Amino acid sequence: MRSATPWSDVIAYLVEATGETLYMVGVSTVIATLLGVPVGVWLQLTAKGGLRPNAAVHRILSFVTDLGRSMPFIVLLVALTSVTRLIVGGSIGSTAVIVPLAVGAIPFVGRLVQNILSEVHVTVVEAAITTGASTLKIVKSVLIRESLPALINAIGVTVIALIGYSAMAGVIGGGGLGDLAIREGYQRFNDRILWSTVAWLAVLTTVIQLGFTRAARAFDRRRHASV
Amino acid sequence: MITVENLTKSFQGVSALNGVTLDVEAGTVLGVVGPSGAGKSTLARCVALLERPDSGAIRVDGTDITSLDGSALRAARRQIGVVPQGDSLLRQRTAAGNIALPLESAGVPGPQRRTRVGELLDLVGLTDKAAAYPDQLSGGQRQRIAVARALAANPSVLLADEPTSALDPETTGSVLTVLDRARAELGVTVLVVTHDMGVVRKICDDVAVLEQGRVVEHGKVLDLVNNPVSRTSSALLPAVDLNPINESSYDRVADVVLVGFAAVGALLPEAAHRFGVELNIVGGGLTRLGETPVARFRLGLNGERSDSALEWIGEAGGAVQRSLKGPQGVAA
Repeated sequence: MRSATPWSDVIAYLVEATGETLYMVGVSTVIATLLGVPVGVWLQLTAKGGLRPNAAVHRILSFVTDLGRSMPFIVLLVALTSVTRLIVGGSIGSTAVIVPLAVGAIPFVGRLVQNILSEVHVTVVEAAITTGASTLKIVKSVLIRESLPALINAIGVTVIALIGYSAMAGVIGGGGLGDLAIREGYQRFNDRILWSTVAWLAVLTTVIQLGFTRAARAFDRRRHASV
Repeated sequence: MITVENLTKSFQGVSALNGVTLDVEAGTVLGVVGPSGAGKSTLARCVALLERPDSGAIRVDGTDITSLDGSALRAARRQIGVVPQGDSLLRQRTAAGNIALPLESAGVPGPQRRTRVGELLDLVGLTDKAAAYPDQLSGGQRQRIAVARALAANPSVLLADEPTSALDPETTGSVLTVLDRARAELGVTVLVVTHDMGVVRKICDDVAVLEQGRVVEHGKVLDLVNNPVSRTSSALLPAVDLNPINESSYDRVADVVLVGFAAVGALLPEAAHRFGVELNIVGGGLTRLGETPVARFRLGLNGERSDSALEWIGEAGGAVQRSLKGPQGVAA
């Protein structure tokens, strides 16, 4: 039985892995938001009762979106290897993980966004239509702005989900907290690293969740019940 | 100003509008009333350009706006300010921000936008609520902001779809006052769709009664109440209670509608005096249409010249609806 890893080393491990996780998750969240929100808007516009209903386009878009969401991340990770190499010039490391993370998150964000936008009340949208607003104006000032708090929360949910997915980054050498827990902690029977990582993940996700909840509230002008 | 010509609209084979024709003169208020299912909402949605009619035309200043598309359609929408049914304000925008929305759509630059929003807040009496969010306003205040928003882009027509349906009587008054001010101060032509005859009583010059997708009555409110068989008069005027015991003691019993201060105040005593008859009010009451007092009374008359008295009332401007006792149709 070897002696436990000194705490200073554990912290060094955690700092490095946290950096990798935040890098992978952060960049892929930004990409998934930039591409997923338009997908969600498009889904909602073409849906029955949307501003530009188009059954054919909606069905195709829905199919692709659901196909993307149904793919297990670990499969996406290896299946996209050649695409990743094309985009980032390599197929291993943290940067390489961003591609499958973002690709997996786009349909996820798209569906969340569509569900949220569909909740904007029809009388509010119609009122905007009667002001002579263009579709683009209604999307920006009504659909997105009215549901901004919920959209911010949805991005928070995405970040947490991506932290979960990123645990598999180790498969292609991406590192990160999940990889640390599995490779250094679990597979090498290093309980101190395993449980420190678990605890730190719990703290990190809680703080992130809290941050998004706060941000969502800050953008919300509706009245809230409080006790 | 705005005319609706032969409008038809059906949904899945069920017809909602069956050739509706209306005409609203510039600067007047038309109330469209009728029971639920009569097609009021469909008509409102067609005029708001949210629904395309199957056939017929809606003309604003002579131009048909029903078949427009794209930017021409958006421009036409700005011609027609709409106060939609129900809560329609953006909850994430202030009152001022909501009023500014049509101005943003019209591309009005910032400084002018703020000036115009200020004028409208003043018009609806909510200057102090400029920075309030809809959730901080009462139902009546929200509805007044909705009226201000509808007026923001200087529309020539204001359409209000059940503007008072969710409000209590007092708040209803404040919203109607604002609609009336819009007409009086901005010269806007107003079309109010409502099931509430109180709205017609308070602000409408004209009324159109819709039934099963058809206009069954259309005219000036004050003319229609004078017509004893009109739906408008039966809905707007005070009910005449039946009181057979009381009525049996009179030679003649008749209903009479009187319009205006002079008629309501002076006609009956004068008739009694002139013809030497006993003339009592046995039922009915007094109401107001806009600023005009209007009465519907059931009269009981005793005396030899009762018929002549009723005839004289008819000639002097009162509408004697029916002689319930004695020779029918004395002066009707």
